[in-house]
Amino acid sequence: MNDIWSGLQAAFWLLITLDRDLIEITLRSLQVSLSALVIASAIALPLGTWLAIRRFRFRRAAIAALNALMGLPPVVVGLIVYLLLSRSGPFGVLGLLFTPTAMIIAQVIIITPLIASITHQAMRELWAEYHDLLISLNTSNWQRIKTLIFDGRRALLTASLAGFGRAIGEVGAIMIVGGNIDNATRVLTTAIALETGKGDFALALGLGFVLIALALVVNFAIHVLSRTERDGRW
Amino acid sequence: MIRVFAFLALIWGSTATAEVMKMAVTTSFHNSGLSDVLLPAIARDTGLEVQLLIVGTGQALRLGEAGDVDAILVHSKAAEEAFVAGGYGTHRREIMYNDFVFIGPSTDDAAIAGQGSSTEVLTAIARAEAAFVSRGDDSGTHKKERALWSDAGFDTDTLGDWYKAVGAGMGASLNTASSLNAYILADRASWLNFGNKGDLTLLFAGDPVLFNQYAYLPVNPERHPHVDSDGATTLEDWLTSDAAKELINGYAINGEKLFTFNAVQSD
Amino acid sequence: MVDVMRATLHDAVVTRRGKAILGPVSYQLPSEGCTIVIGPNGAGKTTLLKTLHGVERLSQGRVDWGIPDEIARQQQAYVFQSPIMLRRSVRQNLIFPLSLSGVSKAEAAERVTYWAGKIGLAKMLDRPAPRLSGGEKQKLALARALIRDPAVLFLDEPCANLDGRSTREIESLLLDVQKSGTRVIMTTHDLGQAKRLATDMLFLLNGRINDHGPADAFFAAPASPEARAFLNGDIVE
Repeated sequence: MNDIWSGLQAAFWLLITLDRDLIEITLRSLQVSLSALVIASAIALPLGTWLAIRRFRFRRAAIAALNALMGLPPVVVGLIVYLLLSRSGPFGVLGLLFTPTAMIIAQVIIITPLIASITHQAMRELWAEYHDLLISLNTSNWQRIKTLIFDGRRALLTASLAGFGRAIGEVGAIMIVGGNIDNATRVLTTAIALETGKGDFALALGLGFVLIALALVVNFAIHVLSRTERDGRW
Repeated sequence: MIRVFAFLALIWGSTATAEVMKMAVTTSFHNSGLSDVLLPAIARDTGLEVQLLIVGTGQALRLGEAGDVDAILVHSKAAEEAFVAGGYGTHRREIMYNDFVFIGPSTDDAAIAGQGSSTEVLTAIARAEAAFVSRGDDSGTHKKERALWSDAGFDTDTLGDWYKAVGAGMGASLNTASSLNAYILADRASWLNFGNKGDLTLLFAGDPVLFNQYAYLPVNPERHPHVDSDGATTLEDWLTSDAAKELINGYAINGEKLFTFNAVQSD
Repeated sequence: MVDVMRATLHDAVVTRRGKAILGPVSYQLPSEGCTIVIGPNGAGKTTLLKTLHGVERLSQGRVDWGIPDEIARQQQAYVFQSPIMLRRSVRQNLIFPLSLSGVSKAEAAERVTYWAGKIGLAKMLDRPAPRLSGGEKQKLALARALIRDPAVLFLDEPCANLDGRSTREIESLLLDVQKSGTRVIMTTHDLGQAKRLATDMLFLLNGRINDHGPADAFFAAPASPEARAFLNGDIVE
């Protein structure tokens, strides 16, 4: 109890004094996770929609693979990305290991299956609902995808937010590929791990509260930005 | 959508431009807090931004072997010599030392305080079968601990349940020891900086075998042409300079001196 | 135009999981008026409508509208048994088919105003369509089907589950539509509705056309015993 109380106090002080390290770490967390989110969404949203409306031979296998990938342990993703990006690995020449880019790559791999899978679920329902109408209206494939993505935007937003939540709270993979370098690749989660390692629970907990607050703020911000609440709920 | 991109552009905006090199260091070195004193001084004196990868000795050596860092600063002499012999590093330069200490519950059930040597300490713990936490992560500290057990005539693989290898860093292991009220071997710096001491206290120190020599090893540019060997040389020159000597010898926590500078200075 | 849009079924068969649910059917529909398809549940009424509309995959035979299928389908509209509402406003639902065929915004706005008035939803244009009542949804679906001025209008049980007032409103709309020359082909369970609207009748049984003919003659004296039994309210298998 005492630890939690002092954690709250630490978080409070970090916030009101606008601690420079805290702001830097927080911005880097956002930078990495939002970049990963944009890239992963650009891949996963069309992919999930496409899987929902197209019938092809390996569709079931593709969906099963997607759902299996959703459960990938981040640490394993981190290890594999690490080995690929290491100077002695196949992509070593790029010199990406221990950079924010490496962390983005790992997070994209972790959250793309998640976003695609949720998208697929939501789009499958919507497609079942719209199927007859869109066929009857003689729509092209592109018009169908456009209509589904537009009318399913709330579900897609939810899918993206789920991906963001997983990305911003992830520690195992980015610790391995980012290296938790101060001023370069340290983000909120790896900083929390570090402070816990030092036995400085108050600071760790303070960072944790900042992380939670950040997740809430970003969720809220995305909702406001896309004005979904004003459109009313169906 | 445009707003999202604008926001992304905003947070991507700031990028560092100073010359950057990467060095793998051990957890114990970082936990000591000395790096927080040295890094700003290095940046001020040489213009070099040293990025630290804080890992165990085992992984630090692997990072050097793979060429993922430009230099390493570790404390495990045998492994370091093998690293240089394998052609992964150009040479090994001793910088400073600190010491290991035995930590345990204040009740000291195994009565290790006041023993004459680390061998006697370990024998007392083993006889009492008192809970003992081992790093178990192939780090420098772990290697040291195993060597001490071996000197005392024990094989860590055959010890009973009271010997707990946690496979974690120094801080996490200290957290475990704190919650189990167990004995543990730690470096003095990590111990002094550790915030969650609980009922633990420093029980034994001072045996010369507990001295912990840190050495600096630049990664061999012949093996990995991309490494920043100029940066590594600049850093080595600085680490062995009088400025470094003053900062290292002067570094103290709660009034206790932690490190002793012992590099052989060229001039 | 009326002559062009005359449907002929040539040995059309639809099978699902190895079972024929329609056909073989060979039949030429009249070129104008309102054809009403009746028959017991599972007789294949919906399948026949979808086959004529060209959205059902035939396992055999073909449907011929006298013009290429694509062009034919563009001049047709289909109202489904349970109205499919896009998750948008009433206005956006009405605009949707127009935007697909590239009608200008001004023109679209004009047509939306016209049709919204006609179905009594003028004041609800900005309401989310999925939150309308059942009758309002069905009227919206009908207006959305008619907004492109189709030559042929298919309706699958348009008044199932609706109260008397909504049914009356929809029927009066359908009579208007018929008067303007639009070909109407619909299914219904409501024999009274069939009598009120039909110019000719199709009686389906077990996937085949069991009886057919001009509405007056059909209701006065059905040719087949099954059709007679059905009109009497008996259960027909």
